[in-house]
Amino acid sequence: MNSAVFFGIAEIGYFVAMMIYIAYFVFKGEYLGKSATTVTIVSFVAQTAAFIGRWIESYNMGIGRPPLTNLYESLAFFVWCLMLGYIIVEFKYKRRSLGAFVTPLAALALGFIDLTGMSKRIDPLVPALQSNWLLAHVTMSFIAYAAFGLSFGAALMYLIVKTEKRSEPAYVFWSVAGSVFFTVIFAMLLDYMNFMVVGGSTESFIKNYLFKTTFRNSSFSIALFSYIAAIAVIFTTWRYGYVLKRTIESFNVPVDFLDELNYKVIAVGFPIFTLGGLIFGAVWADQAWGTYWSWDPKETWSLITWLVYAFYLHARYLRGWRGKKVAVVSVVGFITVIFTYLGVNILLSGLHSYGDLM
Amino acid sequence: MTQETQETKEGKTTGGTSIVNAVWGLFSSVKLAVVLIAMIGLLSIIGTVVEQNVEPQKNVKLFKKLFGDNLAPNVYRLSEKLGVMDMYNSWWFMGLLVMFSVNLTICSIDRLPGIHKIVSKPFEPLKAEAFGRQGIKKELMFKGTLTDGRIKVLTAIKQLGFNPGEFTFDNGVQYYAQRWQYARYAVYVVHLSIIIILVGSVIGIQFGFRGFMKIDEGETVDKAFSRKGTEQPLDFSIRCDDFTVQFYGDSDTPKTYMSWLTVFENGKEVLKTSIEVNRPMSYKGYTFYQASYGALGEGYGVLVFKVTSKDGKTDVISKRVGDTFKIPGSSLEAKVMAFSPALGFDKEEKPYTYTDMLNNPAVFMMFKEGRSEKYGGWIFKRYPKSWNVPDGSKIELIDNWGYQYTGIQVRKDPGVWIVYLGCICMTLGLYFAFFLSHKKMWVMLVNEKGRVNVKIAAYAHKNKGAFDISIDKVFSALNEQQSTDTKAG
Repeated sequence: MNSAVFFGIAEIGYFVAMMIYIAYFVFKGEYLGKSATTVTIVSFVAQTAAFIGRWIESYNMGIGRPPLTNLYESLAFFVWCLMLGYIIVEFKYKRRSLGAFVTPLAALALGFIDLTGMSKRIDPLVPALQSNWLLAHVTMSFIAYAAFGLSFGAALMYLIVKTEKRSEPAYVFWSVAGSVFFTVIFAMLLDYMNFMVVGGSTESFIKNYLFKTTFRNSSFSIALFSYIAAIAVIFTTWRYGYVLKRTIESFNVPVDFLDELNYKVIAVGFPIFTLGGLIFGAVWADQAWGTYWSWDPKETWSLITWLVYAFYLHARYLRGWRGKKVAVVSVVGFITVIFTYLGVNILLSGLHSYGDLM
Repeated sequence: MTQETQETKEGKTTGGTSIVNAVWGLFSSVKLAVVLIAMIGLLSIIGTVVEQNVEPQKNVKLFKKLFGDNLAPNVYRLSEKLGVMDMYNSWWFMGLLVMFSVNLTICSIDRLPGIHKIVSKPFEPLKAEAFGRQGIKKELMFKGTLTDGRIKVLTAIKQLGFNPGEFTFDNGVQYYAQRWQYARYAVYVVHLSIIIILVGSVIGIQFGFRGFMKIDEGETVDKAFSRKGTEQPLDFSIRCDDFTVQFYGDSDTPKTYMSWLTVFENGKEVLKTSIEVNRPMSYKGYTFYQASYGALGEGYGVLVFKVTSKDGKTDVISKRVGDTFKIPGSSLEAKVMAFSPALGFDKEEKPYTYTDMLNNPAVFMMFKEGRSEKYGGWIFKRYPKSWNVPDGSKIELIDNWGYQYTGIQVRKDPGVWIVYLGCICMTLGLYFAFFLSHKKMWVMLVNEKGRVNVKIAAYAHKNKGAFDISIDKVFSALNEQQSTDTKAG
């Protein structure tokens, strides 16, 4: 069996796990919860095998490099870190409901891989990437991203549970942010089903396919309908968000636990991100290009992400912000992470073009 | 205007400190920090959307999309004047960074005395009634004598890593200790490290140099050019002996770019080395990075062949296009007819050069015997199969020399070590700030007729929960019989 088979197993497994976690979330039942955990762990093991297998395969091909060097590999590694982090949290705190918020993130990342049909080939390393810093820089960055992803899940849950009134800014924030997120993913899924985009360059994907089924449809009425549908989804989420709230509340998750978890994972992710992402990145850039900082879009967005989480920490320590306020900051922080990671590669150009969809 | 000057004068005479205080007050506010960070963040975002230091067309195109065809040229001209196209070097962005540094410094200085007070305050035993007021509080009964209890408690406290002081009173004793109080300074180490990094970068900008040099194979160059075109003479010179690109297998994916360089000082050779991407060379404070390469065009170079005769003798010869040479041990005479930097074949098997870069160098060789042309063919540097001559000898194209130039990034940055120092400080600071926390604990033992009442009070600056759990763990030995855990929060 080669690594692709294991990865396929893991991919299907994570999707199944997501569905069981959501089913558990809605219907509860110990049996569902246990099977969700089992499927998650089996998938995680399969993905670990895929990771190691791919590494070995690269050696057999005479290339020999860690599988962390293009967008596909990094997304897969992000999912791996995220699931590892989640499994640790689940076992440490003995709570499963967070799974319904974290597994969709993993499924989303995996879906994005297939949606855009990015290259899964094991390509040799271009000279700029041949450095010992690669492993440290990339693994630490993604461990941090995964930590931020977990804090995002906890923060979102916290916001849903803690907001009372529809007029509350925090309520509006989570319902709008959550439903926009969902709508965008759904629209991209429709694009995928409609065009079956495979391969092609990033630019052509964005220009020719992205949202062409829905918001950018050539037919005006379909485009208009898409916007109306999107607004309806956002409105419905806003109007009936309390259903979600009640569901989460029925789990008796102590909200303080979510706030604490949100902080704890950021307290792990922030130093790792600073050292591995920013400092190691700078040292490496200094060695490869002779500039430790060149305001390239990826660097700049990493700095913005760093500033958002630094703000989170200062708000918590200095101002004693707790709960809703910091949860909002945490959600915003993860949005900047997504942009640093994907948005920069897709939308902006710069030195870090290795992560291109290729 | 006069009024203004008068006001400032008045301010100076009546109370010089009031202005200082006002400025200090402004810069020590966290609100200013938030505003500055938000501005730096937002402007940085603009800088990633408007591409920096690129040819104007790219951004004009963007501006046309954003502002429409009519407005775009004016907006572009205005933003160029403001420095938006080279934003991170503009006076206002630098100004923001300077303000931020001042803000960060003053904010830190403002809070340091308070922290210093907490850290340096002599650590004292707790009054009995204050035991209930700490973040972590526990009480348990120990069946045994006070002496036994003291031994057990002392072991437990030492297990937690504390080295406690002892305070004895009538019918009991109190142990008190604190740990890692200096971790409270850690966050200021992080702040300081940011300042160190910024100072290092300013030194780099002020006293350093960043430029580029292009050296043709075989040429010697003794100056570099900055992006703005200013010339930087070096007090030594560098010759490019050779530049090579290696590819992965048969593909055009590059594996290594390598330049062989020789450094000369006062006409004398002082250093001979090679550089590649991720492996620069340093000499006299300058560092040289392999950055790019290119082809010089046809007709310049020397082609190096390794000729193996039928009986196995080898010979290395250098020729140019148009030269002829005899193949040893054979009646054949070879003529170098043409050179292609990157030869490919189209659908009709016709050869053509697919790029100017030297991706697949090949030579067309014609073989003559006496007057008559016997055969001709392409010899590729990358394909050994093409080296065989029909008569049994072998001609290998080993190198093409003088066809390429190497592009080298040159940097002199006396501030880079300060930046690295800042990075180390930041790493240490973050480690201490996040993974160590100031902990205090007091344990009071009171003798109560054959039993010992043990009261524990403890405090952790961070991660109270974990401290609570470890206290429970080490004291569980004392508390086998009964426990009245009164922890709160």
